[in-house]
Amino acid sequence: MELDPLVLSRLQFAFVVSFHAIFPVFTIGLASYIALLHGLFFKTQNPAWDRLSLFWTKVFAVVFGMGVVSGIVMSFQFGTNWSNFSQASSNFLGPMLSYEVVTAFFLEAAFLGVLLFGRGKVPQGVHLFAAIMVAVGTFISSFWILSANSWLHTPAGVELIDSSFHVTSWSEAIFNPSFPYRFMHMAVASFLTGGFVVAGVSAWFLLRDRDPEANRRALSMCLWLLLFLAPTQAVIGDFHGINTLEHQPTKVAAMEGHWETSTNVPLLLFAIPDQEAQTNHFEIGIPSLASLILTHSPDGEVPGITEAAPDEQPPVLIVFWAFRAMVGIGLLMIAISLTGLVLRRKGRIYNQRLFLKALVAIIPLPFAAVLAGWIVTESGRSPWLVYGMMTHAEGLTPSLTGPMALFTLIGYALVYGVVFYAGVYYLTRVVRNGMLPEEERETTDDNFKRPMRPLSAAHTPFDDDVDPVRS
Amino acid sequence: MEMFDLTLIWAFIIGFGIMMYVLMDGFDLGLGILYPFAPDEDARDVMMNSVAPIWDGNETWLVLGGAGLLGAFPLVYSVFLPALYIGVFLMLAGLIFRGVAFEFRFKSRRNRRWWNRAFCWGSAVAAFAQGAVVGAYIQGFPVEDFVYVGGAFDWLTPFSVLTGLGLMAGYALLGATWLILKSEGHVQDWAYKITPLLLALVLFVFAVISLWTPFINPLVRERWFGNMQLIWIFPFLALACSFLVYRSVQKRRESVPFLATIGIYVFTYLGLIVSKWPVIVPPNYTLWDAASAPESQLFLLVGMVFVIPIILAYTAWTYWVFRGKVRVGEGYH
Repeated sequence: MELDPLVLSRLQFAFVVSFHAIFPVFTIGLASYIALLHGLFFKTQNPAWDRLSLFWTKVFAVVFGMGVVSGIVMSFQFGTNWSNFSQASSNFLGPMLSYEVVTAFFLEAAFLGVLLFGRGKVPQGVHLFAAIMVAVGTFISSFWILSANSWLHTPAGVELIDSSFHVTSWSEAIFNPSFPYRFMHMAVASFLTGGFVVAGVSAWFLLRDRDPEANRRALSMCLWLLLFLAPTQAVIGDFHGINTLEHQPTKVAAMEGHWETSTNVPLLLFAIPDQEAQTNHFEIGIPSLASLILTHSPDGEVPGITEAAPDEQPPVLIVFWAFRAMVGIGLLMIAISLTGLVLRRKGRIYNQRLFLKALVAIIPLPFAAVLAGWIVTESGRSPWLVYGMMTHAEGLTPSLTGPMALFTLIGYALVYGVVFYAGVYYLTRVVRNGMLPEEERETTDDNFKRPMRPLSAAHTPFDDDVDPVRS
Repeated sequence: MEMFDLTLIWAFIIGFGIMMYVLMDGFDLGLGILYPFAPDEDARDVMMNSVAPIWDGNETWLVLGGAGLLGAFPLVYSVFLPALYIGVFLMLAGLIFRGVAFEFRFKSRRNRRWWNRAFCWGSAVAAFAQGAVVGAYIQGFPVEDFVYVGGAFDWLTPFSVLTGLGLMAGYALLGATWLILKSEGHVQDWAYKITPLLLALVLFVFAVISLWTPFINPLVRERWFGNMQLIWIFPFLALACSFLVYRSVQKRRESVPFLATIGIYVFTYLGLIVSKWPVIVPPNYTLWDAASAPESQLFLLVGMVFVIPIILAYTAWTYWVFRGKVRVGEGYH
C-alpha cells in the first residue's frame, strides 16, 4: 500500500486537534468557575468556597498543563504539514493567531503562575484578580481561534490574488458569517462540559459523604447552571444549523443524510448512508420534521447532497452519525438537568443515590459531544480546507512524503498516549485525595513519607523539638 | 505608509521575540539539561520550583515566534517548518514531556524517577533541536519558487549537530547561573562549581562554530573578512561578558553571572544577525521577499504596539512576585 501524505496529514491533524480540544473545552468553563469560587470566598469569607477553589485549582493545573503543551503542537502543525495553506492564508490567519498569543496566551500563562503558586505571596484580592484574568484569557483565546476556524468555513472579507488571500475588510473577515454562532455554541459547550464535570465529581464526593457542606453548594450551583444552559445550547445549535444551511448546504444535507433536493424532508433517526450508491439503507425517520427544523415550515425545500459533485461531497456516514451522537448526548443532558429540577423540588438532589451515580457516570459524555460536534463541522467541510476556495490537497506541504507523515503520526500517537494515560492517572488521584481533611490525605510526595507518629494528629507535644520556652 | 518600512519594524519585533524566548526558556531548559547531574533530590526540587510558576509564560514566546512569523514573514514559516519537519517534531515532543513533568513529578511517588527523566530528556532534545535550527539557518535551504524542495534530513549535518550541542551547553550555562541567583546553600555551591566548566565548554563550541561558519557560507566570509570591520565588536563584547561571568563566579556574586550570560547571548545573537542580514530564508530570500501583505503587517502592528508593553509589564510583575531564593522543602501549590 502506498503511503498517502494527504491522508496521513489529515489523520494527524484530526488526532492532534481532537486531543488538544478536550483540554480547553474543560478549562474554559472551569476557569470561570474557579474565578467565581474565589469571588464568593472573597465576599463571604466562608471557608467552604476556599476548600472548593483549592481543590478545583489542582485539577485545573493538570488539565491546563496538558492543554498548553498540546496546543504548542497546533501552532506548528500548519507549517509542517500544510505549508501551502499557511503561505496562502497567512495574511489573515497569521494576525489572528498572533493576536491570540499576545492577548490571551501571555495573560493566561502569567496569571496562572500567580493563581497556582501565589497563595500567601500576594493579597487575597490580587489572587482573585489573577483567577479572573485566567478566565478572561481563556475567552479571548477562544474568540480569536474560533474566528480563524469560522473563516475556513465561511470565508469573507478576502480576495484571492496569485493563489494568496488578501484581506479587503478585517471586520468582515473576523466577524465572518458563521463566527457568532460557532462562538456561542462553543462557549456554552465549554460551560456545559465544566458544569457536568464539577457536578459529577461533587456527586462522587457526596456519595462518599466527603465535605458535604462544600460539595452540596457546588452541586446545587452546577445543576442550576445546567438547567439553564442545556436547553439554551439546543436553541443556539438550531440557529447555528440554519446559518450552516445558508452558507454550507452540503454539510447540512450530510448531517441529515439527505441526498436529493426535495420538500417535506423527514428527520432520520436511523440510516446507513452509502456514498457510492448516493443513497441511504435502512432509513427510519419522522416525516417532514427535518424540513420543519431547518426551514421552520413542514413543506420547506432542503437542498440534497447530490447538489455537489461526488468528488466535492463530504464523507456522509461520518458526518451523519457524529451529528446524531452530539444531538443524542445533548438531549440526555437536558433530561438529566430536568431530573435535577424535579428532585430538587422534592429536596432530594443531595441524597438520591441513583441520580448522583448517574452524574458520575456521564462525566465523559460532554467531551464526547464536543468531539462529535467538531467532527461534524470539520468533516462536513471536506474536501475543502477553505470552503469553496482551497482544498485539502492544495494546502498540503509539497515536500512532505508518506513515510515522514507516518513517522510523526505514530510519534504523536505515542507521546500523547503516554501523556494522556499519566494525566488521567494523576487526575484520578487528585480527585481520590480531594476534599479530605489534611490528616486523611494520601501523601503524594516522598518528602512527606516519613513514618507518622501515632499521636501526631492529636497535636500532643511528644516531639524532640519541644518548645524551649515552655519547657 | 511609505513613512515607515513595516517589514523592518517587524524584523525588529520578531527578532526581539526570538531573543526573549531564547533567554527565558533557555534557563528553564538549561535546568532540565543539568537535572541528572544535580547533587540530590532536594536540589532537583529547588531547580524545578525556581521555574515552575514562570515556565509557561516563557514558553509562550515560542508560540509568539511561530504565530508572529506566520503573520509577518509567512515564507519563513512555510519553508523552515517543512524543511525541519523531523526536527520540529522532536522539539515539540521534548517540550511536551518537559512541560507535563512539572505537574506530574510533584504528584507522583513511585514514578518520580521517570518524570525526572522526562524533564531532562525533554529539555535536552528540545534544546538540541533549537540549536540545530540555527545551524540549518546558517547552512541555508533548497528552495524553488518559494517552496521547500529538499529532503527530510537535509538539515541534519555535522555542522547542525554541533550547533545543537552548542545551544545545549549554552542553555545549561544560563540554567546554572539562574540557579546561582535563585538558590542557596549546597545547591548554590554546586551551581557555582559547574558554571566555569560550562563556560569553558560554551566558549570551545562557539569558537569551533565561528571558525567553521565562514567555510560553509560565502556571504558570512565576505562580511567578516571584507570591509565591515566594525562587526568584530560583537564577538569581542561576548568574550568580555564571558570573562565577567568567570570573575563574578570567583567572587561569588549572585546576580552578575546570570546577567553576564545574557550578555553573551545578546552579542552572539547580534553577531549572527549581522552575518546574515537581510537574508532570512537563505540563500536567496530577504526579509522583504518573505514579508506578508502590508495591510496584514499593519493590522497586526497596531495591536502589538499596545499589547507587548503590557505583556512585559505583567511578566515583570510575576517575576517580582516570585522573587528571592527558593528554599529546600518549600511546597508546591
